[in-house]
Formats: sequence, structure tokens, C-alpha cells
Amino acid sequence: MKKNLKNKIALIIAVLLICLYGIFGIPSGVSGKALLSAISSRIHLGLDLQGGAHLILQVQVSEAVNAETDNTVQQIQEDLKKANLGFSQVVKPDPLRVDPATNLEAGKPEVIQIQGTSPAQTDAVSSLLGTPKYSNEYDLSGGSDNNWTLTMKPVFESDLDKRTIDEAIETIRDRVDALGVSEPLIQEYGLGANQILVELPGVSDLDQVKGIIRSTARLEIHAVDGGPFPTEDAALQSVNGALPPNDEILPFSGDLGASNGTSYYVIQRSSIVAGSDFRSADPGVNSNTGQRQVNFTLTDEAGDKFWDYTSANIGKDMAVVMGGTVREVAVIKGAIRDQGLIEGSFNQNEVMELSKLLRTGALPASMNYISASTVGATLGADSIREGVTAAIVGIVVVMAFMLVYYKGSGINADLALIFNLIILLGIMGLSAAISSASGGGGLVLTLTLPGIAGVILTIGMGVDSNVLIFERIREEIRAGKAASAAVDQGFARAWVTIVDTHVTTIVSAAILFIFGTGPVKGFATTLTVGLAANLFTAVFVSRVIFEAHLNKLKAGEMVSI
Amino acid sequence: MEFFRNPNVNWLGWKWYFLAFSMIFSVAGIVKMSWNWEHPVGGMRSPVPLGVDFRGGTQVDVQFTNPPDIDAIRRAIEAAGVKDAVITSFGPVADHQVLISLPEETNEAALDTGRQEIESALQAHYNNYFNPNTGVKVDVVGPTVGRQLEKQATLATLYSMLGMLIYLWFRFQLIYGVAAVVACFHDTLITVGAFALTGREISLTVIAAILTLVGYSMNDTIVVFDRIRENLRLSRRESLTDLVNRSINQTLSRTVLTSGLTFLTVLSLFIFGGEVLNGFSFALVVGILIGTYSSIAIAAPMLVAWQEYRAGKGRAASLPAARKSKG
Repeated sequence: MKKNLKNKIALIIAVLLICLYGIFGIPSGVSGKALLSAISSRIHLGLDLQGGAHLILQVQVSEAVNAETDNTVQQIQEDLKKANLGFSQVVKPDPLRVDPATNLEAGKPEVIQIQGTSPAQTDAVSSLLGTPKYSNEYDLSGGSDNNWTLTMKPVFESDLDKRTIDEAIETIRDRVDALGVSEPLIQEYGLGANQILVELPGVSDLDQVKGIIRSTARLEIHAVDGGPFPTEDAALQSVNGALPPNDEILPFSGDLGASNGTSYYVIQRSSIVAGSDFRSADPGVNSNTGQRQVNFTLTDEAGDKFWDYTSANIGKDMAVVMGGTVREVAVIKGAIRDQGLIEGSFNQNEVMELSKLLRTGALPASMNYISASTVGATLGADSIREGVTAAIVGIVVVMAFMLVYYKGSGINADLALIFNLIILLGIMGLSAAISSASGGGGLVLTLTLPGIAGVILTIGMGVDSNVLIFERIREEIRAGKAASAAVDQGFARAWVTIVDTHVTTIVSAAILFIFGTGPVKGFATTLTVGLAANLFTAVFVSRVIFEAHLNKLKAGEMVSI
Repeated sequence: MEFFRNPNVNWLGWKWYFLAFSMIFSVAGIVKMSWNWEHPVGGMRSPVPLGVDFRGGTQVDVQFTNPPDIDAIRRAIEAAGVKDAVITSFGPVADHQVLISLPEETNEAALDTGRQEIESALQAHYNNYFNPNTGVKVDVVGPTVGRQLEKQATLATLYSMLGMLIYLWFRFQLIYGVAAVVACFHDTLITVGAFALTGREISLTVIAAILTLVGYSMNDTIVVFDRIRENLRLSRRESLTDLVNRSINQTLSRTVLTSGLTFLTVLSLFIFGGEVLNGFSFALVVGILIGTYSSIAIAAPMLVAWQEYRAGKGRAASLPAARKSKG
């Protein structure tokens, strides 16, 4: 019995030390200030306590789908030509349209139609379109009336959506790193709603953040079929009023380079190279003319595409398009493989802007901010102060009451309560330590303002376990049992109820954790961990303290309760 | 020290008074909620005032170093071209905090423009009186997020209740689960009614508080049910009414103590915890009182009423004891 007790006490002390380490780490000293700074560097604080920016971006994944099908349209055209198969056009019957006022998207960018094939070549077309190159991604239908439809497979489309989000997250991470924020949080959000959550502790200027993240769409280079025209109508006139399905009319917004007021261009819908095709882009100076220019390199694959296009189109214009407007138009002076330059009458700023955009313009789709919040650091610190004050008042009141009401056993309950809090905070500190030691993986438990409220609730609900046990013990004593038996019975009978009550609360906390956002997650976290720890402290630790005390009692003596 | 040495109160005898009390508060809450629904504020129908994370819109909370002059701020903001701004002081007077809200818009870009206009107006006129980097809290919530959040909150509440019903069905019998869930609905209704009656906003943290009090009310009900179940095993000769009364009396000490202690901690949060958590702590203060009350006044009488109903129909006259009989 005694050895058993010694083992249990050793276990408790071990847990205590581990949790104290979790809270304080190895503090530099024992003064109040040293301890406080040790804690605040260990426990991960939420945005509402540290201050920072919280943004939710909606990723327009249909743009990625659009880009993918644009690519496929080009490939089909090339393949059909190479195989000498006739067709009238390869087109998207319902292309993607975005209403600029409400950002609502319409259209079916995932559908491609090949129209007007020759009846004699039906089989050849069918087998060409059935090759794995296309059949892996698209479902083929039609063919009987010389029109074929390729629809993107839903599985492939959702895969593409996921890849788009992942790429977007990586790009944002790169851009945010430039801000020098410590521990930014960038992750997928919204349970399948194609949203991204960005949390930047310590950053309170929303405009600065938005400037860095730059949610505008990918940068693309398109072939120019006509322009500049002074109005949209004039542009339409140039194609005799009927815009070919492969073309679109875009306004010139002239963000970079000279702006000549409003003008419109007729641009080919599919881009030649875009976003992630650019490997690097740097500002430079033309050695002959002294003009500023942007030198860029493309990836190998993109380089081939670009070579094919530019060698066939020397003297024609190509346009730099971003976010649905033409930013810059340049003349193709010579065939370019993977190293090229964009020249125009740029000034220093514009050249650097364009380089930066090209380098980091690898956003696979544009994004909208659907929610943006910041909490200033002073307000965050105020919240901490208020929450901690409430917690301390709560703890003191509860502890005092237990002492008065349960006398000696009250000390037992108070020790268990303090231990409960140490374990709770220790686990939170340890989770942050483990996560940063393993390079950012794992689950970090964050303390938010509702989380502090969760700690306060844990105190109140946790002490309930002790109350249940002690009331039972009192009943057993009233029924005439001896001290040891009364304690045994008290714990045994209260155990069922303790488990029931803790499980129901933990279940609702778990649901809150799944469905809640940051601050509410913090609440669910502290409540769950606190109550789970309570199962250990109120039952095991309290029991051990009782046993140690019972060992010292003489026969016939009763516990103080 | 002991509060209740051997209480012997006839709880079930009071059931009609309890019912009347509950009905008064429920009806008052429902009436105010219907009134709120009929008189929408800012184009949004809702039975209770909603926080910015549900209703959407722009909200800027600024902490000034000197006591703020609301009228002057209003003039400065209107001069910048921002219409329909609602400007109120916020929190304890000593904090000098002002809340500026703009109503919801159809898209997020418009909301952001509103925010920028407010910020530049304040900086133009009051740059020395607040720190734009540390003393400002901004929330710009688009309509998409607001709707998404509503859906999530509703789902969370429903799943919670369902989860508890299943758990109780598993541990006890169905009627126990139903009685407990009815008590929880009653608690939620009265708490939300309290928000409607006092004009407080419901935000996501308040929903968290409501889910917590549902959990707490369940706890309390379970403690009484556990005792009833235990007593049922031990003695079938008592009338059910007497047995339930006895069970409540036996657990009274524990119930009052736990509720009292939890209530004190939550009261501490309500008084000292600051403005941001005010809605949350209010929900818990009301919820804990009502949750304790409902276990005795709603759940227990429901069990007895069910038995009387079954006895009246000539079926088995005893309340089903639990599947598992554990000590």
C-alpha cells in the first residue's frame, strides 16, 4: 500500500514538473517580471490578445479552371492541326464572366466544344480526343452531329481547386514573409468553401497588408489582335461587329508605363504565358537606349511555348494583362525563348513594380477579401488584463469557499484546483513548444479572450467534481462508515456522474471547436483541456492526497470534511 | 459547515408555480423577439440584435486618450462623406472608447471603402488623440461571411443537442433524454429572450456561451437523473413523486454548491471581464441560474408527468430504469 502510494506521488510530481516547464520554460530568474516574460513567450496568444490582422479571402477557383481549359483549347487546336483533322472552331460555349459590381461569377468555364469536324474523320477525332492526355481530365460526349463536347471531370476539377488553393497559400506566404511578421498563420478555411485564412500577429494596418498580399489575379501575356481603339464600339467595328469567340475586348488601364486615357484592345482570350510560367523578373536598363526595361526568364516548358509564338508573330503586339485589364502593350521584336525583356517608357518605380509583379504574380486565381479585422495591441493588452483579473477573483473566491465549507478537505480541493490550472496552462505551453521545435507542425493550442473565460469556467465546473465526491463522502460518514471506507465509497459512487457531466460538456466543446472561428476555438480548447485535466486532478490527485492523509490518521479518527 | 443538513422540500408540489414562472419569462422573450422581427433595424430581420460577425458591416472601435466628444466625431465623419454612421461610446467611461458602425453593404469592396473613409476622417481631425496602430480595432465583415457563420452556428447548436440526446439515450432511456433536451430548449429560449429584452447583441462568442450553458444544464439534469436512477433500483415501493422529490433533496446540496460556485466565477467574469466578453458572460450568468432551475422545475416534473400519462393509459406504471445499472 505504501509503495503504491509513493509511486502515485512520484507520478504526480513528474506531471507537475513537466507542466511547470511547459508554462515557464527555463526562466532566467525567479522575479515576477522574469516569470511573466517567460510565460508570455511560451503560451501562444490569439490575435484578440496580441493584436494583429485577421483576413479571410475567397479564392475564385473558377479562374484556375478557366485557365486550364484555355490551355486545353490551344492544345486541341494544335493536335487537330497536326493530325490533319478539319474543324471549324474549338471554343468555350459559356465562358467565365465576372460582374465587377458584385464579384459574382457566371458561366461554365469547364466546358469545351469542338465544332464542325468532318463526318469522314469522326473516328479519328474520337480516338484523338480519347487519348489519356484528354480522357484523364475530361469526359467526352457528342460526335454524332460533328460537334464534340469535353467537360472537365468533377474529380479533376475539385483536385484543381485544391491545388489552386495550395498554390495561393504558398504565394501569399512568400509575400507575407516580406512583411517580417513572426508566426503568420495562412491556411485553408471554411470547410470546402475555397477560402483562405490569413492571421498576422502584430500587424494593424489593413491597407499595408492588402498592399502586400495583392489579391489581384495572375499576370498574363496575351496576343493582341487589334487596337488601340478609343471606345469599345470602335473595337467591335474593327471585327465587323462580330467578335470571334476566341477574342475579347479589354480596356487599357495603364497601371504601368504610359497611359493614354481610355482605350480598348481586342485581345486573344487564351494567354501565351501567365503567372507561374515566369521564373524570375528583374529591373534592368537597355544598354543601347538607356531606357528602363524588365528582364524576365520563363520556365523551360513556357519557354518553348513562347518561342513558338514569338517566332511566328514578329512585329505584332503582345499585351500584359492583369485583373481583366491591359496593363502594357509591347511589340514583339524578335523570337524569344525563355529570356526576354519588356520595354516601354517606364520610370524607376514602374519598372520595379512590374518586376515584382511578374516574380510574385504566380497567384493562380484572384481573391476577394470577404472579411478583414484588426485588433490594436493596446486593446489586446486591455483584454488580457481584464480577463486575468476576473480569473484571479474567481479562483480566490472559489478557493476561500472550499476551505470554509469543507475545512480540511477544502485544502485538498484547492490543491487539486491549482494543479488543474497548472496542467491546463502547461499543456498549452507544451503544445506551442513542441510545434515550434518540430518546425511549425502539430497542433498549437492558442489562448484567446474567450479562452481565458474557458479557464474561469473550468475553475467553476472543475470544482464541481470535488463537490460531488465530498458530498458523497459526507453522506457515507453520516451513514456511519469509517473514514477509509467513506472515502472509497465517495470516490466510487461519484465517478459515474463525474464522467457523464464531463463528457457532455466536452462533446459540446468539441463541436464548438469544429465549427468555430479563432477566438471561439480558443474557448473550446481551454474548456476541453481543462475538464480533461480535471478528471485527472479531481479523481486521481485528490484521491492520493486523501490516501496520504488517511495513512497518518489513527484508528477511529475521521477526516476533516 | 453545511447548508442543507436534511432538506425535505416537496419540489414537485410547486410544479405549477414553476411552470407559470417559466411561461411568463418565455412569453416575454418571445413577444420581444416577435416585435424585433416586425421592426427590422437597418434592413435586416432578426429576432435578436446581431453582432457584426453575423450581420456584416463595418465596425471601428477607437480608444481615445481624452474623453471623446461624440458630436464632434460625428461631424468629422459626416464631413468626410460617410453617411449613416452609428457612433456610440463603448465600455466603461474611463476607457474613452468609441464605436463607429456602418451598415452592411452588398459587397466587400464597399465596406472596405467605408472603413478607409472613417480612418482617414479620424486621422485628419484627431490624430493626436488616439494611436492608429495600437488603439484601434476594426471589423469589416462581408455578407458572405455573415451568412456562412449563421449556418455554422445553427449547425453547431443542432449537432450539440443531437449529440447529447444520443448520449443520454445511451446512458439512460429515451424519456430521460427527451426531458433533458426539453429543459435545454427552455434554457436556451429564456436566455435568448433575455438578450432580446435587454437589447444585447448576439455574436459568435455568445453562441459559444449558449452552447456551454446547454452543456451545463445537461450536467445538472444528469446529476439529478443519476440519483433518480439509483433510487429506482433500490426502492420500488415509493410513489414516483416521492422518489423524485427525495432524489432532488439528496442532490440539493451539491446542486446549490456547484451552481453557486460556477455562478460566482461567471459573475466575476461579468463584472471584471471587460466589454468584449460582456455578452458572453451575460449569457452564462442567466444561463447558469436558469440551467439549475430547469433540472428541478422542468426535467424532473416531465419524467413524473410521463409516468402518469402512461399509467393513465393503462400501461406499465413504473418509470423505466436505465439499461445499465451501475453504482
